[in-house]
Amino acid sequence: MARDTIRKTFTVAFALCVVCSVLVSAAAVSLRPAQETNKLLDKKKNILTAAGLLGSEGGDIEALFGQVEARMIDIDSGKYLDGDPGQFDLKKASRDPVLSVAVADDRGAGIKRRSRQMPVYLVKKASGKVDKVILPVFGMGLWSTLWGFISLDRDDLNTIRGLVFYEHGETPGLGGEVDNPAWKALWKGKQAFGLDGDVQISVVRGRVDPAAEGSEYQVDGLSGATITSRGVQNMLRYWLSDNAYGAYLNSLRQEGAA
Amino acid sequence: MGKARDTLLAPVFDENPIALQILGICSALAVTSKLETAVTMCLAVIFVLVCSNGAVSLIRSHIPTNIRIIVQMTIIASLVIVVDQFLRAYAFDISKQLSVFVGLIITNCIVMGRAEAFAMKEGVGMSMLDGLGNALGYSVILLVVGVLRELFGSGKLFGVEIFALATEGGWYVPNGLMLLPPSAFFIIGGFIWVLRSFKTEQIEEGG
Repeated sequence: MARDTIRKTFTVAFALCVVCSVLVSAAAVSLRPAQETNKLLDKKKNILTAAGLLGSEGGDIEALFGQVEARMIDIDSGKYLDGDPGQFDLKKASRDPVLSVAVADDRGAGIKRRSRQMPVYLVKKASGKVDKVILPVFGMGLWSTLWGFISLDRDDLNTIRGLVFYEHGETPGLGGEVDNPAWKALWKGKQAFGLDGDVQISVVRGRVDPAAEGSEYQVDGLSGATITSRGVQNMLRYWLSDNAYGAYLNSLRQEGAA
Repeated sequence: MGKARDTLLAPVFDENPIALQILGICSALAVTSKLETAVTMCLAVIFVLVCSNGAVSLIRSHIPTNIRIIVQMTIIASLVIVVDQFLRAYAFDISKQLSVFVGLIITNCIVMGRAEAFAMKEGVGMSMLDGLGNALGYSVILLVVGVLRELFGSGKLFGVEIFALATEGGWYVPNGLMLLPPSAFFIIGGFIWVLRSFKTEQIEEGG
């Protein structure tokens, strides 16, 4: 039959590829703005979740985000910078040779470079008083980089008020349980720093005995996900240390209780 | 008209792709722990199956036989990517929950099976009806499984509480097994049992 000639085969294959690629690229290009909006909204949602402002029932994200002030900081000096955190692309900045610096001691978090600047989010109460500080954190798990936010109490800058990850590629059911609401709830009220000011927070194997000494620094490990659990611990130890947010947290402490 | 009706309705119960042919099981296990994701998945499969059957049938006399499978695959994959892009743009939360399973419609045996078995031989209209019928057959199972799993697994339907949960002072203790993928096996098995009790001609010989 005529349709089985080599020429016909190539013609059909070529025509099909052209039609399909036009279809796919048209969809991808025309829908990109809506997808970008969704991503931004999703990020705000995650910040609000870390802040504990957004319950499982949801809410008006834009309105709730009005309680949040986003600022850029310079990590080394810990000072606020001008700049629009909305325009800041963390992943890009963390790779960019100019915007980022090499990390010497990442405490095993798997971070080779980090941005010199970071966005921080200050969550205010209705009175205008800053209640929580939300800091972006990221580090390696087993398969992927986990991207998240940690929320600290503004008054003591020690009590953890929430931890969420908005992007990761860990195994569903094992490392992917970092998304489990029950596990995330374990972080609330834990202490990040010990009495000497060193980062003490750790993810332990098995369950934490609440009566044991030091349990305020410990969170249950995820069963079947030792490396992801360790990754979470290492990333927090790095980001909260003097190598990362230390200077900023110190400058907040000097400002005194807001 | 009788043939069109049969083409559309036969796959729903008489020749259900999941219950009789046991195709497309993996996504039926993965996306049915909540009704919302199950419904979205059904709509996605309906769209892909109708369009892919239509498109394959439209060009069936031009498809060289030696590359027909890859041609079908390309059409299906393109449609699936379009659906995925739409979900990301207009149903972001659901698309996050469905994650890879929208993409995996490409490998759903039902889609490919209908393109090869039906659309390569029949006209465009009939092929689209056949696609719709098979997608509806798939959807019926997904919805049944989705309703049972969400209702007994979390006491809710579409996220709205139906049974008052014991953790919130109600009477219903949710069955955690229902939220795990194996429960879909039991439900699909049960569905096939009920279906074959009514339609005894579906019982396989031997065994």
